[in-house]
Amino acid sequence: MSDYPTHWRRPPQILKHPVWRPIIQIGIVAYLILALSTLEVDWLRVWDGLDRGWRFVEGFLTPDFTSRWRDISEGLVESLTMTVTSTVVGIALSIPFGVGAAGNIAPAPVYFVCRAVIAVSRSLQEVIIAIFFVAMFGFGPFAGFVTLAFATIGFLAKLLAEAIEEIDMAQVEAVRASGGSWLQVVNYAVEPQVTPRLIGLSLYRLDINFRESAVIGIVGAGGIGATLNTAIDRYEHDSAGAILLIIIAIVMLAEYLSGHVRKWVQ
Amino acid sequence: MAVRQTPSGPDWRARTPRGALLLWLGWLAAVALTAWCWFVMTETTIWAFVYDAPRQAADIGSRMVPPRLDYLPELWRPLWDTINIATLGTAAGVVIATPIAFLAARNTTPSLLVLRPIALFIIVASRSINSLIWALLLVSIVGPGLLAGVIAIALRSIGFVGKLLYEAIEETDVSQVEAIEATGASSRQVLAFGIWPQVAPAFWAISVFRWDINIRESTVLGLVGAGGIGLQLQNSLNTLAWPQVTVILLLILATVLVSEWISAKVRRAII
Repeated sequence: MSDYPTHWRRPPQILKHPVWRPIIQIGIVAYLILALSTLEVDWLRVWDGLDRGWRFVEGFLTPDFTSRWRDISEGLVESLTMTVTSTVVGIALSIPFGVGAAGNIAPAPVYFVCRAVIAVSRSLQEVIIAIFFVAMFGFGPFAGFVTLAFATIGFLAKLLAEAIEEIDMAQVEAVRASGGSWLQVVNYAVEPQVTPRLIGLSLYRLDINFRESAVIGIVGAGGIGATLNTAIDRYEHDSAGAILLIIIAIVMLAEYLSGHVRKWVQ
Repeated sequence: MAVRQTPSGPDWRARTPRGALLLWLGWLAAVALTAWCWFVMTETTIWAFVYDAPRQAADIGSRMVPPRLDYLPELWRPLWDTINIATLGTAAGVVIATPIAFLAARNTTPSLLVLRPIALFIIVASRSINSLIWALLLVSIVGPGLLAGVIAIALRSIGFVGKLLYEAIEETDVSQVEAIEATGASSRQVLAFGIWPQVAPAFWAISVFRWDINIRESTVLGLVGAGGIGLQLQNSLNTLAWPQVTVILLLILATVLVSEWISAKVRRAII
């Protein structure tokens, strides 16, 4: 009678190669040790900071909306108006770029130009773009507006172009066969197929733009981020907590509403 | 589709008059809102600066070239720090996010009424605050340096990984779970052998995807003092050393492209 195994070991799931498996595992451990050793943590400073961290938590639990309300509401108005205008302008700009970057309806030279613009817009962080636009347009929400509008192009035009490339070409052929011009093809064959997706993506981008508007204030582009930065610099933890709670509440609300609108559109 | 009978035959319209009116009112409201936001936003704008922008852009552009390439050797250490922030932060974030995802998923949570809402709130709170804001808070708590960056990245990653992972857990196939249960397995064994193998590819794909995003985000954390290459960027900007800024931006661009390539490659291999 042959030996029948009494214990079962689960075979490896992801890395199945018998040689690479240990090599990669050892490599990961070696990297972690190396990376952790470069961390250089000043534990005394961390210990001192825990006290301040606790005050942040306290500020979060007992937010102070009133004493800095003027600053907060100003920052909030800047952030919200910046979000709306930059999203609208961003959508208006990304539709031509998105159509131009769709390989199935745009001629090759236009395609490459539009893809290049999208690539530049996508590869740079909003904050870095904001630094440049603040240097160009001066401090304040206008620089933030330009930044977010520019960043919207990279996001929306790319996804719109992908949506256009995935459409059902039979409808395009039908409009062409009836003698439709290029503009009529886009209007009657392409637009109806991608509009629901475009609306969904635009709402999603509105959400992202609000979140980003809270960040680019740190480099001087206006909005609630500037207020938050000031509150943290002044060690006003309760005001900072209030601002963070407002940001979270607005993001949650926006996510909830946009989810409903998207369900209703599609 | 609305059809109206006219003396010269039926008149086809895409929408009923009521629908057309509502649509028109919707557009009017959207345009009015945008215009109003525009006026509120630009109230404090100094237009002289805006009109001056092309000249400023040309000025900065001319200062940025040629890039100061001999600055590159000073950047290897900050780049290594940046990669470490992203990797360690992702690892820590994933470790914290996994139990939270299991608590948040409808089919694995131990209590639908208490733990699930808490887990969902953690996920939403983490997701709605950008890593740069986390870094701002943490620099003031634990002091400037890599640790603040690592924790900031980890805190931001919890929400992202947690959300995608709990959605993956909720989409698992029930029949495999039932098969494991039918053999008399404990709930821990059901998790390990019924659910985990189904979500493991998604788990690795999400982690690598987040790592790629974190590389991007950790390049700017230095702007608020959380270490990495952003610190060099901030120093160069403060001293108006534009040729150095060009080198840093090019290096960031190259790093982002490489990380995106790695992540795409790994994800294709896993899924």
